Amino acid sequence: MRVTYPHMGHTWICVKSLLEYLGVEVVIPPPTSKKTMQLGVMHGPEFACMPLKLNLGNLMEAAELGADTVVMAGGCGPCRFGYYAQVEHAILNDLGYRYQLIVLEPPEKHIGELIGKIRYLTQKRSWLKVMQGIRLGYLKARAVDQAEQRAYYSRPRELKPGATERALNRALEQIIAARTPEAMPAALTTALEIMDSVPVDRQRPVVRIGLVGEIFTLLEPFANLEIERRLGSMGVEVDRSIHLSEWVNDHLFRGLIKSARSSKPAQEKGLAYLGHMVGGHGLETIGSTILYAEQGFDGVIQLLPFTCMPEIVAQSILPQISADLGIPVMTLIVDEQSGEAGMMTRLEAFVDLLKRKGEVTA
Amino acid sequence: MYVYLGIDVGSVSTNLVAAGEDGAVKHSIYLRTNGRPIKTVQKGLKLMQKSLPPGSKVAGVGATGSGRQLAGVITGADVIKNEITTHAIAASHVAPGVQTILEIGGQDSKIIILRHGVVSDFAMNTVCAAGTGSFLDQQAARLTLPIEEFGPLALQSKVPVQIAGRCAVFAESDMIHKQQMGYNIPDILAGLCAALVRNYLNNVGKGKEILAPVVFQGGVAANAGMKWAFEKALGLEVIIPPYFNVMGALGAAMLARESTNRKQTNFRGFQIAEGDYYSGGFACDGCSNVCEVVEIKEGAQVIARWGDRCGRWSNAPEQEEKIS
Repeated sequence: MRVTYPHMGHTWICVKSLLEYLGVEVVIPPPTSKKTMQLGVMHGPEFACMPLKLNLGNLMEAAELGADTVVMAGGCGPCRFGYYAQVEHAILNDLGYRYQLIVLEPPEKHIGELIGKIRYLTQKRSWLKVMQGIRLGYLKARAVDQAEQRAYYSRPRELKPGATERALNRALEQIIAARTPEAMPAALTTALEIMDSVPVDRQRPVVRIGLVGEIFTLLEPFANLEIERRLGSMGVEVDRSIHLSEWVNDHLFRGLIKSARSSKPAQEKGLAYLGHMVGGHGLETIGSTILYAEQGFDGVIQLLPFTCMPEIVAQSILPQISADLGIPVMTLIVDEQSGEAGMMTRLEAFVDLLKRKGEVTA
Repeated sequence: MYVYLGIDVGSVSTNLVAAGEDGAVKHSIYLRTNGRPIKTVQKGLKLMQKSLPPGSKVAGVGATGSGRQLAGVITGADVIKNEITTHAIAASHVAPGVQTILEIGGQDSKIIILRHGVVSDFAMNTVCAAGTGSFLDQQAARLTLPIEEFGPLALQSKVPVQIAGRCAVFAESDMIHKQQMGYNIPDILAGLCAALVRNYLNNVGKGKEILAPVVFQGGVAANAGMKWAFEKALGLEVIIPPYFNVMGALGAAMLARESTNRKQTNFRGFQIAEGDYYSGGFACDGCSNVCEVVEIKEGAQVIARWGDRCGRWSNAPEQEEKIS
């Protein structure tokens, strides 16, 4: 069994170490690229959102490297993602790829369904070992998130262009290299030391922007045209509303780890404008926008893949929040087009707007 | 006389403006880009040099529009700014107190909301080009009308027909249908203007508070039919500034003045109009993204590179470490 799974930002780092800790052979698809997109667009349904197409491309490229089993998350919300594992599996089957599919999702009838899948995947290793593997994956997710958060701070303040990017890559290497939960604290310390060693100008005025929206688009730099890096080079300190470790803690551990960041406050805030969940991260998008406004951020950017229903619901509510709380909000819709010029124009204009606004009110 | 040059390289047109210290337009040039931005910028500079009074000195250059990087590198611009900011700056200069800017160009349309002289919100068309200049051009061509006659003819309409404006393709089939039914051309044209304005307000202008004074600029503002349709839909007077089709360039010139305050300009001189520039490209082999890197060369020397995702080439001049 050679297991693979689609890319979503740095998620592969955590899942890989979890599975390898349990002795499962893992095949990581090549980093998402234009080729991945082309494969996905060619074989995916036209009306599906970009994440499906990129997933599909990842799995086709992984098959070339010898993967024979796909592990994916499922779901049962209004967001179409809940079906993607099955749809992608069916498309791959039509194309002649013979993948074994394992979908990890809330069980329909009995918890035994989920347990059975995990037992199959881990080849009946002890539950203690499985728990430790999950812990390793979670610790890695937290470490990656912490390194990225340091990068948010240093990117707009770095003295040498590109220094943060190089430091982040080196920090991630440290995190990737750790193989056991016991090795993680040391790896994290080294990683953060690397991040803190980037020379920065602490006095430099920066604009602060909160990024909200759909999880895949937020986490996958290929999908959002590296918005964090681009904004950073324009002198913007960003904050992302969704982090992997937070998602894992909220959805898989049901908020078990109390000290970690959670999407709970965002959901509660969102209720003021939207009475209930609409699937995906629609409610969190609304709530996070309110939280960013309350925390004094200069602006908010919403990211979504074209045709994403939950985010379209949120998009239509955002102008009201923007007017009520006086925080500028811009929506960016991404699809297969890679026209970076259009995106740069919008980002630049938005940053200009925030800077001028800051000058006037200051 | 000191002048500030603004250069706006758009998808359809390339505009140049020479503005004085006070922001007054000394000379403006409107050229078709024709897919050759470098040649067009050079041609524009040549024309500009001829029409400026002898002894004029360029004290600053600003570049804007989708080809701003290109224009900026070649001319040595002091400031390179996106077209939203430059349009807003020019409009607040010619119409002080403006609160709404409607801008429709060749390939894009945008709305800019200003409050207290500062941009407070904006939107640009994302996945749809319905209602932009190119579509109007195409429809005029289909009816074998010179685009200049489009507006006056639309104004002759008595009963504008209803046309679906949501999508350019459907709008066209709807127009053909109406024409085959026997409606006259002025009524169809007026109906088309109304439909495009509806689409603009529902799409780009969605959720925006449109307050007077309203300024309408960009190439499409030349079309009197569109002005009429906007005024009817908004119930407000719509102002068309005298230099409506070069507002981006004017804004860039004004920003150039701001950024050369107590500073020498980087302008490389009018002789660049004779220079030997060409752009080439190659596919990077660094990873599977195979980015198409654009290279701008002056003679044999590379003066700029962009188009890569990771910064391997575009950051190259700034990087001290050797990368390959």
